[in-house]
Amino acid sequence: MTQRVHVRVIPRSGLLDPQGQAVEHALATLGFSGATDVRIGKAIELSVSADSPADAEAIVRRMCEQLLANPVTEDFVIEVEAR
Amino acid sequence: MSRVAVIRFPGSNCETETLTAVTRAGGSAVLLDYRETTLSGADAVILPGGFSYGDYLRSGAIARFAPVMRAVQTHAANGGAVIGICNGFQVLCEAHLLPGALLRNSQQRFVSRPVDVRIERCDTVCTSDFTQGELLRIPIAHGEGRYAADPAMLEALEREGRVMLRYAAVAGATAPHNPNGSAHDIAGICNARGTVVGFMPHPERLAEQVLGSDAGHRFFTSLVKRLALGVAA
Repeated sequence: MTQRVHVRVIPRSGLLDPQGQAVEHALATLGFSGATDVRIGKAIELSVSADSPADAEAIVRRMCEQLLANPVTEDFVIEVEAR
Repeated sequence: MSRVAVIRFPGSNCETETLTAVTRAGGSAVLLDYRETTLSGADAVILPGGFSYGDYLRSGAIARFAPVMRAVQTHAANGGAVIGICNGFQVLCEAHLLPGALLRNSQQRFVSRPVDVRIERCDTVCTSDFTQGELLRIPIAHGEGRYAADPAMLEALEREGRVMLRYAAVAGATAPHNPNGSAHDIAGICNARGTVVGFMPHPERLAEQVLGSDAGHRFFTSLVKRLALGVAA
């Protein structure tokens, strides 16, 4: 069966994220001075053919390790949609 | 004559200058399509600058899986010369032929200007015509050139002398010497034997005196001479 999977790829903490920094400054300019530690990554959604949510998670984990995320600089979180 | 293959991926845009630079250095340059599965007998391969696959996902992340890359991996594993320039460097990192990654410039902007770099290692396949510590001014043009690796890897690169090219502070220069926030001012690195190299500056864009300088020319004469000797020499 088909499972819908959401992947979040986020720059590893400790690495400079200039995009996040720029947005944090922009938020402060707008008056949202309480916003800190802004980090910007990518959201990827995909459907995979898998027997169970756990199988879908395992397949997408391999995708993340090989392509969707760069293990040197990024972390990822996988969520399989509840059905 | 030494045969150098320059690979064109969808979105490469420096292949013509690179072919010309190799030819001017006395080599035989051939353009190789990314769908090829062999290097057509080439002695060396250059991955040129550009925006392969539109830099989708991450720079170099998709090009890494192009059919020709399997042949590049084999060539590198056999001790063959592999050079990645700018986007080519990004592809080599994504392909794990070189360690680390190239991230968005720290100031968030695409930077296109000359930079001063120091030759930190002159026994690689493309730096033998330089002297150790020599300074040269060559152009960069990239949005994602901030070299990053974990602290242990950075320490290993330094200890093993694998930083080939470093951004250098030169008296009188007006712009910041490190143009992108690279760790350790790294502009280019190589594998232990100096046969696989990657760097962000574009020597092929400044390889003829008619442009005001031919500072980049010797990267290519180095390569052609090295190939004539046999890379393993």
